[in-house]
Parts: sequence; structure tokens; C-alpha cells
Amino acid sequence: MTETSIVSYAEMAVKIRAHCLRMTHRGRSGHVGSMLSMADILAVLYTGILSVDPFNPGWEDRDRFILSKGHGGAAVYAALAERGFFPREWLDTYYLDNGKLSGHISHHVPGVEFSTGSLGHGLPVAVGMAIAARHAGAGHRVICLVSDGDCNEGSTWEAVMMAAQHGLDNLTVIVDYNRVQALGKMEDVIEMEPFAGKLKDFGWAVREINGHDYAEIESNLLELPFEQGRPSWVLARTVKGKGVSWMEGTVACHYGAVSDEQLIQALKELGVEA
Amino acid sequence: MRTAFNEEILKIAEKDSRVFMVLSDIGYGEIEPFAARFPERYFNCGVAEQNMTGVACGLALEGNMAVTYSIANFPTLRCLEQIRNDVCYHKANVKIVIIGGGMAYGPLGVSHHSTEDIAIMRALPEMIVLAPADRIEARAAVHAMMEHEGPVYYRCGYKKEPDIHKCSIDFRIGRSIEVRSGTDITLIGTGTVTYRVCQAADLLASRGISARVISMHTVKPLDREAVLQAAEETGALVTVEEHNICGGLGSAAAQVLAEAGAGVPLRMVALPDTYIHEVGTHDWLLDRYGFSPRSIADTAGKLIGAGV
Ligand SMILES: [Mg+2]
Repeated sequence: MTETSIVSYAEMAVKIRAHCLRMTHRGRSGHVGSMLSMADILAVLYTGILSVDPFNPGWEDRDRFILSKGHGGAAVYAALAERGFFPREWLDTYYLDNGKLSGHISHHVPGVEFSTGSLGHGLPVAVGMAIAARHAGAGHRVICLVSDGDCNEGSTWEAVMMAAQHGLDNLTVIVDYNRVQALGKMEDVIEMEPFAGKLKDFGWAVREINGHDYAEIESNLLELPFEQGRPSWVLARTVKGKGVSWMEGTVACHYGAVSDEQLIQALKELGVEA
Repeated sequence: MRTAFNEEILKIAEKDSRVFMVLSDIGYGEIEPFAARFPERYFNCGVAEQNMTGVACGLALEGNMAVTYSIANFPTLRCLEQIRNDVCYHKANVKIVIIGGGMAYGPLGVSHHSTEDIAIMRALPEMIVLAPADRIEARAAVHAMMEHEGPVYYRCGYKKEPDIHKCSIDFRIGRSIEVRSGTDITLIGTGTVTYRVCQAADLLASRGISARVISMHTVKPLDREAVLQAAEETGALVTVEEHNICGGLGSAAAQVLAEAGAGVPLRMVALPDTYIHEVGTHDWLLDRYGFSPRSIADTAGKLIGAGV
């Protein structure tokens, strides 16, 4: 962990957040709170962790990254554009007629491994990819980013059990654990606590981290797998809407679109020119 | 028929190391040879069909061919969204195999009757829908399915369905097989009920009616030419499917005929749009719901005004 990497993570995170605000403002679309929540995790993944090649998105040895919370796809699009997978101008077409980028993440976009949008789909596919990698003796990793809502889905738990059964230590799940879902706070919908305990009991190697602390995100992800013979689970404590004061921790920022004035104010808070 | 399927898939797996079997704790008495021969390509996901389908998709996207396999509606309806979003949208090389299409599991009840599967599977873009009629078609269909790049739905029989073919066949996806020639009417069957269609044609022959019989082993893509040719040459059609009357073979054929302006009489022998809660063996249920050879022959005879 160097000073420089911290700075580059912070810069990447600001870019991702600013892009997401502009994209959802232009598209009058929702889910910006979910994007801001995982922006720091994505910044570290796409700057310092994932082995990917913008000039060869289908590179065989790439790390496989699946965003299971597909509604936050704009944040991945932003990271991919910043990494040079496609022109930044594509971001301007997000959610618009004849646009290049759909609201939920699509594999038709260079650098996107898998399309999602309905929750509970990412992890089973990630398990299949991890099995395939192990079968082929390949060294790449499979990392799946899920949401709280994803962990309401039974299919996620089906995959949790199978990954442990087969000791898939080339598989990592990161939970964007902001404790807010579409209709309410987790304690009022489906409480998952003790979340880490559940996963430990299910046979995973679990670590809890601050999902907005670059040093903590990086150092933990550099230590994957946490245990030989077990899949790794990163419970990343995050704040929904992180980085925009009036959104932080609110249910409203899951669906609410960003108004003209709010965009200016939000970018100002990020220290970005409107 | 399921034994034929399992024997063929094992043969293919011997030659092609990309073949994986991904199960959900179903296959007792059939799948063991594959599991013993290729333990590293055999995955029992437990009773978890959504995960089974997702895992198969993940395997397939990494360059493998993954076969999901279970009975009746378990590998289709329970995990339909995984089939749509994960498998079909990504054009993943996943083969979805059901054992016991239609009412093959008769007395087990409604949960085990796969009677809307063809309609639902054929509505999915990228999906091929196969329903072989007998063991000879079933064996050939396994090879055709595995040679096809992309999602395939394979509706397999359960056991001991009578064979309709006496010799080797030229099985190609989307190309139906004329089982017997005829000039007065055409009977089109799909799946394991087709042997009863052949028996109906025998009865019609005894009444002086020459019935062509087509095995429509591929419901999607439908063999349009064969349907239109039959309409033109025989002037009347009866479709026979062990499936709800909504959205299956009959609907597919009607669409082709209507769009072509063929204007020929058509009858669909299919299950009524209701759940079959009566208890009985497969054969008993088939007879009861209009699939006896005599009932099929009567439907055909009436259609062309020949009486019964
Ligand atoms: Mg959440």
C-alpha cells in the first residue's frame, strides 16, 4: 500500500461517482445510491486488483468480475470507461434512446463479464466459472459483487452452499453491505445479522472491512484467498449514497433521480466541476 | 428413452472433454456410469435448480458444454429466469434435459406433469426445442444437440416408449421426419406420443384413408416447409402433442399455416387448458384425454368428412 495508490484510488472513486451522478441525471434514472455505495470498492478493484486488459477484454487469463447487483451497472461502466475499455463518450448515452449502455449491466459492453439485473443470478454463474477455472488449471480468480438484496434470494444461498462444498478458494464474494434495500432498511425488511457468522457457519472464510477505506479494501483483497480450500467472503460495510451528504444512508436514493440543482450540489461536494 | 439418452451422452463425453453433467440430485439408476467415469465433470448441485442452471451457464461461458438434467418441470420452470437471463441471453452452450415429458409420471400428479414446457421454452430467443419420438430419435437427438452451439431444450421420455422407426434415420435439428407417406391427411406428432399417431394412421388406413405421419422432433425451429407441403399435398392437418393446447406444436403449426394463407382444415389433439388431477398411469391418462389411436383417428376422419 503506497501513498500513490491511495491517491489513484481516491481519484478513480471520484470519477466513478461523478460519472454516475451525471449519467443518472441525464437518464433521469434511479439506483444512484447503490452506485455511490460501491464506488470505492470498484475503484480499488479496477485500479489495483483485477487483472484485466482494456485492449483485450476477452483475454483468457483475465480475472472474472461479475456484478450481481446489475442495477448499479453505471458504476462499472464508469470504471471501464476510465480504464479505456470504451470511449468515455459512451457514458453520455446511458439510459437514452439508441444508447450504448442499458440501465442494468450488459455483457454487450466491452469489459463486462456477465449481464445481470434480476438479483440472485450472479453468484451461481460465478460458482460455475470458478469450477471451470479450477478444472482447467487456470490461475485467474472469480470475484462477484453482491448487494444486500442479492442475499435475500434463495439462489444466492444455493450457490453459497455449493461453493463451500467444493472448496472454491478461487472464488470471492464482496457484499456491498449498506444495509439499505429497495423498500427499506435491512432491519425492517430481512435482517441478515449475524451476517459474517452465517457465512462462517456455511464454510466460507469471512472478513469484515470498511468498504470506503481504500487501504483496508486493498490490503484484504491482496490477501485472497483468505484460506486455502475455502471461498472468501468480504463483508464490506458501506453507506448507501456515500459521498453525497443528503443521500447517505437513505432509502430514497435507491430509486430517486437527481435533479439539475442536486447534480450541481453533489458534484460540488465531490470537488468536481459541474 | 432416458437410458438411451444417458448412454449417448456418456459416449459423447468420452470423445469431448468439454461435456459436463450438472444435476440437482435427480438421475438415480441412470447417471451413475457418467459419475463414475467422469467424476471431475459431474456436479450434483443438490436440490437447487436455480443454482444448477447458473453453474451450468458459468461452465459453458468458459468454453464447456453443460447439460442440466432433472425430471419434468424441475430444470425448466423452477429456474426459468436463469434459463432466460443467464443461458439464452448469453447464448451459453447449456443443454436442458427433462426426463418424463408430458404425463409420463402419470400417477405422481400435477407437479410432475410437464405439460406447458414446449410453449414456455419455445418463447425464449436462442432456444432450440427438441422432443424425440422414440429411442432412435432420442439417440440421434443427443448428438445433434451437442453439436449445436447454444441453448437446447431436450424433452426426453421416461421409459420403454415404443419405437416408431425401423431403420436408421437422418436426424437434423429443424428437419422433420416423414414416418409414413399419405395423401388424404397429415398427422403431425411430437415427442413420445407419436407412436399413437402411427397407430391412428393404421386405423385410418383400415378405413380407406391414407394418412401421412410426420415426426416433428424439433418444435423450434419448426419445419415450415414440411407443414406447408403437407397442407398443399394432403389438404388437412392434425397435430398431436402431449402438452397444453396453448402454445405448443399445434400453435406453431397454425401460425405457419395462417401466415402462409394455406387455408386448410386443422385440428389440434392436445391437453385441455386445465390441470390433470385425475390419478392414473401414463397410458390411462393418454387414453382418457383423447390420445388413444382410435380417438386420434376419429378426429382426423371427422376433419375430412369421412366420419368415424
Ligand atoms: Mg443494499
